[in-house]
Amino acid sequence: MAFISRGFRGKKRDTASSSRVPPGQHTVNDFPVLSAGPTPRVDLAKWTFTINGEIDQPKTWAWDEFKSLPTEDITVDIHCVTKWSKLDTAWKGVSVDTLMEGVDTAAEYVVAFSDGGYTTNMPLDEITDHKAWVVYEYAGQPLHPEHGGPVRLLVPHLYLWKSAKWVRGLTLKNQDEPGFWESNGYNNHGDPWREERYWGD
Amino acid sequence: MARGTVLGRLGWKIGEVAEITAETPKVSSIAIDVPDWQGHLAGQHVDVRLTAEDGYQAQRSYSIASAPEDRRVTITVERLDDGEVSPYLVGELSARDKIELRGPIGGFFVWRAPGDRPLLLIAGGSGVVPLMAMIRHRAAARDRTPVRLLYSSRTFEDVIYREQLERLAAEDPSLDVRHTLTRSHPDGWRGYARRLDSQMIDDVAWPAQPTPAVFICGPTSFVEAAASLLVEHDYDPGWIKTERFGATGG
Amino acid sequence: MTVEQGDMKLDGNAIGGLLAEIFNMEMTTAEGTCGGCGAVNAVGRVDVYVNAPGTVVRCPACGQVLMRIVRGRGRYWIDLSGIRCLELVEPA
Repeated sequence: MAFISRGFRGKKRDTASSSRVPPGQHTVNDFPVLSAGPTPRVDLAKWTFTINGEIDQPKTWAWDEFKSLPTEDITVDIHCVTKWSKLDTAWKGVSVDTLMEGVDTAAEYVVAFSDGGYTTNMPLDEITDHKAWVVYEYAGQPLHPEHGGPVRLLVPHLYLWKSAKWVRGLTLKNQDEPGFWESNGYNNHGDPWREERYWGD
Repeated sequence: MARGTVLGRLGWKIGEVAEITAETPKVSSIAIDVPDWQGHLAGQHVDVRLTAEDGYQAQRSYSIASAPEDRRVTITVERLDDGEVSPYLVGELSARDKIELRGPIGGFFVWRAPGDRPLLLIAGGSGVVPLMAMIRHRAAARDRTPVRLLYSSRTFEDVIYREQLERLAAEDPSLDVRHTLTRSHPDGWRGYARRLDSQMIDDVAWPAQPTPAVFICGPTSFVEAAASLLVEHDYDPGWIKTERFGATGG
Repeated sequence: MTVEQGDMKLDGNAIGGLLAEIFNMEMTTAEGTCGGCGAVNAVGRVDVYVNAPGTVVRCPACGQVLMRIVRGRGRYWIDLSGIRCLELVEPA
């Protein structure tokens, strides 16, 4: 019988099964901050968002241009591989479909890249067709740097490490290229509903 | 026995809480009897692991507060109200409870008597814990290396080990303790009453040559500020050792 | 609890236990040469981020990733490729 610490309960974890909470997750009311490095300091005057790679002409938006794109207000549940889920999070941003309008590419994969060097990879069809956004407001406020501001990717149907903080662009690729966590133990796909956390899951 | 920084296979052990002593309203020292404890060096820490009945586990590191000369392993823990582990350790845990831990851990942030150069210790809040182990070790070893502790706390009530430090300093003129209180201070307070700054370092730190051995411990921002100030005062960074507590877990 | 962003960063002392578990040796005194900028630092001096899906260790001089450690499903995944060379003292 494993050792049990008398009287220890840990943080209150709501693990009540719910169709909205994937296996192995518990819900939280705060918004934990996870970070693999220092928070990048961003000069909005120099900030750009770029789609490059397998594309005839890379597309780039400066901050003002990006802010004038049509936006959506979305409310989604988010699931972090470290086992917390947060329901009904409200964001405002630009649909990836909007950014990809007019893009002619045969690429099947994409790598999202961020200030500070973080990357994460996905099949391109996992971020198109109303599945992903590039967001700059959370809960009605400009996105805080500790949560990825000014702009982060949001891909709610996959574990939150795919929702790259401080995102600066998407590189379209013919070959899949594992990103920062995918190349070091985390699952290449990352579907929380199939509990695809690690390699081999 | 000069114990090197070699560890046997680092395994989890189950210790028994012998005594819990309140140091301040939020901070308690927990003295633990650990079977087969191999001893430790001043500055090392233990990892404590708590397991709930449903198998959930939480783990945190705590600096060892006791001198290597003590039979028991004592940790000093600050209770963070929205923490997960510290409210259990300071609040629920009682004498005769069992506690799972492993250690000692660390070989970088350690000091062994006898010292060969003056010792400058700079503590921010609960960062005083490993430095207190060094002070206690020095006293137990009857070492007279000049040592100066500059200890920053929020208020007078938050000063951990205040009375013991006063007693040790009174008995030993080569131990010099200076306090600064950053949030409020009592009437008649004669210590510093502000955050660490260049003037304070100027007053407290020894001349840079020959470089004293320096140990700084506390929250990351405090540690970085203190280290920068010393480097500005010409201290050789190679002689400054730091341990950041950060605000992870709690 | 408001956490100063700077306070999220720890140092190699914080992973002394994890590294001893993996390498079966005291590692905070091991000296690593950064593959990016060549800076040499004891593991006790490097920048460590533990509030992440894994542990990320960075060079305090240039910020390059020195190590990544992920644990899950009974395994460790360890990337040391950011360290050009690691110097350890033989245990007595």
